Formats: sequence, C-alpha cells, structure tokens
Amino acid sequence: MSANVNTSLPLEYQTEQSRMNILGFWIFLGAEIVLFATLFGVYGVLYERYAGGPTHQDIIMMREVMIQTILLLTSSFTCGLAIFEMRRNNLKGLITWLIITLLLGVGFLFMEVNEFLHYIHEGATMQTSAFLSSFFVLLGTHGLHVTVGIGWAILIIIQLLQRGLTPVTARKTFIIGLYWHFLDVVWIFIFTFVYLKGMVA
Amino acid sequence: MGIKWNEILITGDPLILGSQIAILLTMIGIVGGITYLKKWKWLWTEWLTTVDHKKIGIMYIISAVLMFFRGGMDGILMRVQTSRPEMEFLNAQHYNEIFTTHGVIMILFMAMPFLIGFMNLVIPLQIGARDVAFPQLNALSFWLFFCGAMLFNLSFVVGGSPDAGWTSYFPLAGKEFSPGIGNNYYAVALQISGIGTLMTGINFIVTILKMRTKGMTLMRMPMFSWTTFITSIIIVASFPILTVALALMTFDRLYGTHFFTLSGGGLDMLWANLFWLWGHPEVYIVALPAFGIFSEVIATFSRKTLYGYKSMVFSIVGIAILSMVVWVHHFYTMGAGPGVNSIFSITTMMIAVPTGVKMFNWLFTMRKGRIKMTTAMLWALAFVPCFVIGGVTGVMLGMGAADYQYHNTLFLVAHFHYVLIPAVVFAVFAGTYYWWPKMFGHMLNEKIGKWHFWLFVIGFNMTFMPMFFLGLDGAVRRSYTYSVESGYAPLFFVSFIGSIILALGFAAFCYNIYWSVRYADRNIPSDPWDARTLEWATASPVQHYNFAKLPEVKSMDAFWYMKKNNEGLTLKKEELEEIHMPSNSGLPFIMCVVFGISGFFLVFEWHIAAAVAAVGIFAGLIIRSFDYNDGFHVHKEEIEQTESAWRNGEGEVNRYVGKR
Repeated sequence: MSANVNTSLPLEYQTEQSRMNILGFWIFLGAEIVLFATLFGVYGVLYERYAGGPTHQDIIMMREVMIQTILLLTSSFTCGLAIFEMRRNNLKGLITWLIITLLLGVGFLFMEVNEFLHYIHEGATMQTSAFLSSFFVLLGTHGLHVTVGIGWAILIIIQLLQRGLTPVTARKTFIIGLYWHFLDVVWIFIFTFVYLKGMVA
Repeated sequence: MGIKWNEILITGDPLILGSQIAILLTMIGIVGGITYLKKWKWLWTEWLTTVDHKKIGIMYIISAVLMFFRGGMDGILMRVQTSRPEMEFLNAQHYNEIFTTHGVIMILFMAMPFLIGFMNLVIPLQIGARDVAFPQLNALSFWLFFCGAMLFNLSFVVGGSPDAGWTSYFPLAGKEFSPGIGNNYYAVALQISGIGTLMTGINFIVTILKMRTKGMTLMRMPMFSWTTFITSIIIVASFPILTVALALMTFDRLYGTHFFTLSGGGLDMLWANLFWLWGHPEVYIVALPAFGIFSEVIATFSRKTLYGYKSMVFSIVGIAILSMVVWVHHFYTMGAGPGVNSIFSITTMMIAVPTGVKMFNWLFTMRKGRIKMTTAMLWALAFVPCFVIGGVTGVMLGMGAADYQYHNTLFLVAHFHYVLIPAVVFAVFAGTYYWWPKMFGHMLNEKIGKWHFWLFVIGFNMTFMPMFFLGLDGAVRRSYTYSVESGYAPLFFVSFIGSIILALGFAAFCYNIYWSVRYADRNIPSDPWDARTLEWATASPVQHYNFAKLPEVKSMDAFWYMKKNNEGLTLKKEELEEIHMPSNSGLPFIMCVVFGISGFFLVFEWHIAAAVAAVGIFAGLIIRSFDYNDGFHVHKEEIEQTESAWRNGEGEVNRYVGKR
C-alpha cells in the first residue's frame, strides 16, 4: 500500500497512504462539522431559556473575548505560514512558526479558562440554566479541541525534530494544520452566534 | 468517591442469579479451555492483534451472533411474560429492562456489527484491494464496538440495566425519574461503540474512493459496495449527532446540567429530536447494506446481471437523502402540530418510491432468470413479500393523522419487526450462507439450512402478524401485562408459540454452524456458487494478501466477465511481485480494555478513577503517534506456494502457471 509514489506532488501528498490519510481527515472534519452543528443547534434552541439566571448581557466580557478572537485568528495565520515554510522545505521556519502558533493557542486557552472561572464566580455555572448548560458545553467542546490540538502538535514537533521533513512527518504536519484552521472556523461561528448575537439580543 | 459496594452486584432475582452463575462458568470454561489447548499465543497473534479485514469481519460476525442470542433471549422472555393475561413471570421493572436491552442490543450490537462484519469481509475483495485504507483504525473500530457491547451487557448483572426504552426518552431517562445507574450504561456504552462506528464509516469511504482496482469505476462497482459506500456516508453524517446527544445525556445525568430536564429551562423534546435525527438514518444504515446483500444473492442465483443497476444506485442515494428529513414521524403525537406533521408525512411516504424501485428491480432480475433455490436465495425470496408487508404498514404509520390511531401500540412493534427482520436478519442469514465458503473454505449444510429457513420464517410471521391485530385492537407496546377482559389472550398466545418456533430456527442455524465446521466437505472450489463478483476470483478461505496480482476490471460483474472471456484467470510465475502488508498491532485491543475500564468507572460515577483510566486512552494515542512501523513484505516464494496450492485444485477456474 505504499508503492504508488509520485514525487511531482508536494511532500505530504507523495505516497498513496498519505493521500488516503489526508482524504480520511477531510471526511473526519466533515463529521466534526456535524458535531458542532448539532451543538450550535442545541444552543440555538436553548439560548433564551435563562430559568431566572443570568442572561448574556449580565456575564459576557466582550473585551476579553475580542482578545481571544484576535489570538486565535492570528494563530491560524501563523499556522498557514508554518505550512508555507514546510512547502519551501525549511524545517527551522516550520518549527518556529508552529511554536508561535501553539503559544497563541495557549494564550487563547488561558484567557478562555479565566473567562469561565470569572463566570463561575459570578454564579453562572453549567448547572444554573439551560442557556448556560448549552453555552458551556459548546464553548467547552471547542476549548477541548484546542487543548487536544496543542498536545497533538507538540507530538508532531518532537517527531519533526527527530526525523526531519519526510513524506510521513510532512503529512502529519499538514493534517494538524487542517485541524487548526477548522477550529478557527468554528470559533468564528461561536464569536458571531454566541457572543455578538448575545450582546444585541 | 462514594462507592456503594452493595449496589454493584444485582441480587435477589433467581433469573439474574442464574445468569451470573452461567456467565461465571462460561468464563471459567473459556479460560480453562484455551489454557488446556495452549491456544493463548495463537489467540493473541492470529486474532486479538490482527489488522486483517477478513479476520476483523469474522470477529464482528461472531460477536453479532452472540449478541443475537442475548437479544433473542430478551425477546423470548417478553413473549413468555405476555403469553397469558396477568402472568407473573417478570415484574414490571424487569420487563422494562428487558425491552430496553432487547432494542439496543438488536439494533446496535447485532444488526450493525453483523452487517459491518460483512462489509469488512467483502468490500476490499469486491473492489480488488488488499485491505482497507486504515487497517489499524479498522481493528480499533472493532475493539471499541466490542468494548461498548460488553459494557452494555454487563449492566444486567452488575449495577442494573437501563430501563427507559431503547429510545431513552427524557424526562424518564433523566436523573429525577431514573436515579439508578442503568441509564449511565446506556450513555457510556453507546458512546464508546459509536466512536468505533464513526471511524468505520470514514475508513470505508476512503477505501472505496481510493482503493478500487484498475478499471473498477464507480458505476462498475457491485451493489453491495455501493450500499456500503452510501451507508458509510450516512454514518459520518449522523453518528456525530448521537455522540452529542449521548454526551449531553451524560452531562445531565452525571453533572447536573439542564439540557433535557424539566427544571432549569431544559427541553425534553430536544432529546427526542436529536435521538431520531440519528435514529432514523440509523434505520437505513442497517437497511442499505442488507439491500446490497440481497442484490448480490439475487443476481448470483438468478444467473443474471442485476436489473436496473443505475436506478438501484440512484434509489440508494435518494433513500440516503430522504432518511435525513423524516425524523419527526417518530413522534407525530408529541405536539409538533398539523403543519409540521404534514410535511414529514409527505417526506416519509416519498421513501416508498425509491424503495419500490428497488423491489421491482429485484423482481425483474429474477424474471426469466435460471433461479437456483439455495438457502441463501430462499432468504432473498422470503424477504420480498415479508418486507412489503412491513413497508406498506410503514406508509400507514407515516400518515400523521392516521398515526394518532396506531402510535404506541403493538401495530407499530409489528411494523418495525416486519421491516427489520426481513431486511436485516434475512439478509445476514443470506449473507452467511452465501459468503461462508469465502470465510472458511467449506459450505454450510443446505439441508439443515432449509430447516433453519422454514422454522425461522414461519416463526417470524407467527410471532409478529398477530401483533398487527393486537395493536389495532388497542394493545399498547411496552406494557408488561394485560387483563383477561381485554380479550387479547388468544393472539398473544399465538405470538408466544411463534417465538418458540423462531427460537428453534435460530437453534437450527447454530447447529448448522456446528455440523458444518465438523463434517462439511473441505474439498470445494474457490467459486462454489458460480458467482459474478471479484471476491470469488481468489482462494477460499482468502489468503492474507487477498490477490497475488490485482485483477483488472473490464465490465460490471467483473468475475463473470473474466470467466466468460477466459481473461485474467491464469497467474503466471513471472507476474509475481512482493506484496506490502501492514503489521499486526496489540494497541487496538489494549485501547478496548482501557476504554472499558474508564467507561465502567464513569458508569458508576467514580469520576477520579475514570479520569485516571482515561489517561491510558491518551497514552495509547501518543504511542500510536510515535509508531512508524511500516508493515512488511510478503516474499515471492510464499506467494508462489500459496497460489499454486489452491489454483491447481479440482474444478478450479483460476489456474497457476509455474515451473511444473
């Protein structure tokens, strides 16, 4: 299952197994879209069921959320730069930009955890109302994905340091790039439909 | 962590005590038997660590047969309990648990794995590939399914079974009304096996899109490959919804959130919608591959190309799309209103159109064919009228206004058994008789097979036909007993007798397996049915690399074409090349154990222990990430030996030209 090698393609697409892995990952992202769409649907049904608890305007910290958004969107850009360096066969540039991406991701995560703790101190917990249940689970699922992505990327960086750029490591890096951009797209929807819509509701 | 030791083992019920003893004795027997025969190493290297799609398929099928037995026992217990009015065999709680586990096990742990087993076994062979796209992921899919199935089955002896129906509707399934841990089993076990199923879906989409052999265009694919492809797409589109629904259920039950609760602004109808947004496509996830099996069996034993191939493909695509837009028909009476009900009535009835197209295509395939009445073909023949009864009553139920009359009665129960048993169970039996020689190199006994067939089909009709009339008379489903005055007793008794005949049919099936494994003739050609598709172009049982030389496809019914034109059947020595194959791995099995332990702790709400065990899951993922094992090469000498051994047998159409 490896024989079919085509060296005219970018490194990550050269072997048949790599092409299959990348297609498989796109299909997995399709499943992830359904997963998040379901969570958005749940949120869309429950978002005004405050049950006497706090509403959006009572709790949302727009300034912090704005900074989180900028951090995550920038990390998606730096992730794109990392893949660009990979295509130029520049291992050092690739790893540098990947680490910058991860630092931005950690920053995002740190702020999100603080935001959650702030809400909980205000008495807005997952158990307070249906609105907050759906709010925390939707955002928490995204945050969990970012956390997993950071851990996963660290594994890839170690492998890049061990093995350099090979068809296999290039494919792995490319796939986590897809994953990272996907999380960014999900965040844009969260920012729009949870935060912005919540502020004007 | 608040462990309540006295609640762990279920005590005080003689039936369950009997099961506990039986389980213990069986386990001791298995462990003792393997140790006595010194088969541990063989078990580990040949089966538990395998990534071979054929062996994984066989393991799926064995598990499914075991689950069929378990689910069938539940069914028989229900029939016994309702065989007479005011029967006191099971109490109400026990009856609730039994119909819940019967539904879950039959759909998720019998029907799906049986069909996924056949997909694993057949698809790479049918499209001319040497394995699936991701062999190790495939093993993980199996082991996660197995883990979920075992965890779910544990519930009735350890901790208590779920008892809120296989649909687990809220608020009944919530903590307020079901405080026990039974429904935690439902949420956790289904979650684990659901992840496995989702990965199977991804695996088969990539396999079918990327690994077809030369000349095997999409529109030349055998129908079973097409139905598997479309089924995999439905799996990827619908299983994430189940993942979310079960996760939210877990949050509600374990962490006090308010998604489906009555208090705190929760919305119980949200569960019904999410469940059926997955649940209705699920019906087609089990029905479509079954249709594929019938298509193969009918074409082979009518000795004709499948009639209306293109319309078959379009109808399965149509069914797949429609399956996503009918979910409300499962709860017309729960207050959606006439406007919504009308729309969903129309979409529901539209499904009858592509299904009807398929029915006529099967009939026209048989028309003027030279039909061979094998056991496999008998199942396909019985499927047609039985399934039409299920389909027509489905249209009756599909009309929103009329449904108010039938809903929640045994009429509905009869309807879906008339759909699922002819479509899925008849199909897996047909598939078992048809592909058994491909799996094991010997046939199942046709004479016992006919006993199996007639007992099962007569028993099935006798069990479920009375339920239509009971339902029209007002007998409600899920009720553990009824009064003498209701007048239901005679029909319930007929149904009970039917279920005994049904069980005898299943016993004949098991006896057939036993008889054939011991006594059946091993000296059969690799193509005993004179079949049409590529899985028959190689040895039976299939050698681990599937094809010494990948076949080239020139038309539909590729193997039939090869036989008619005598092309590509011979293998010459100089054509042999080394073959690259993936290595075995113990990781998927270990992941199954870790998931099982973690899931078990979660069921009992021992959160810290569950979290500690879950570290093992991440450890497994990290080990996998650093695993650069690239597989191994099969040497030419080994291929030559294998190929000349089977190709030069008596009555063999495939030949090998070597030195001799």
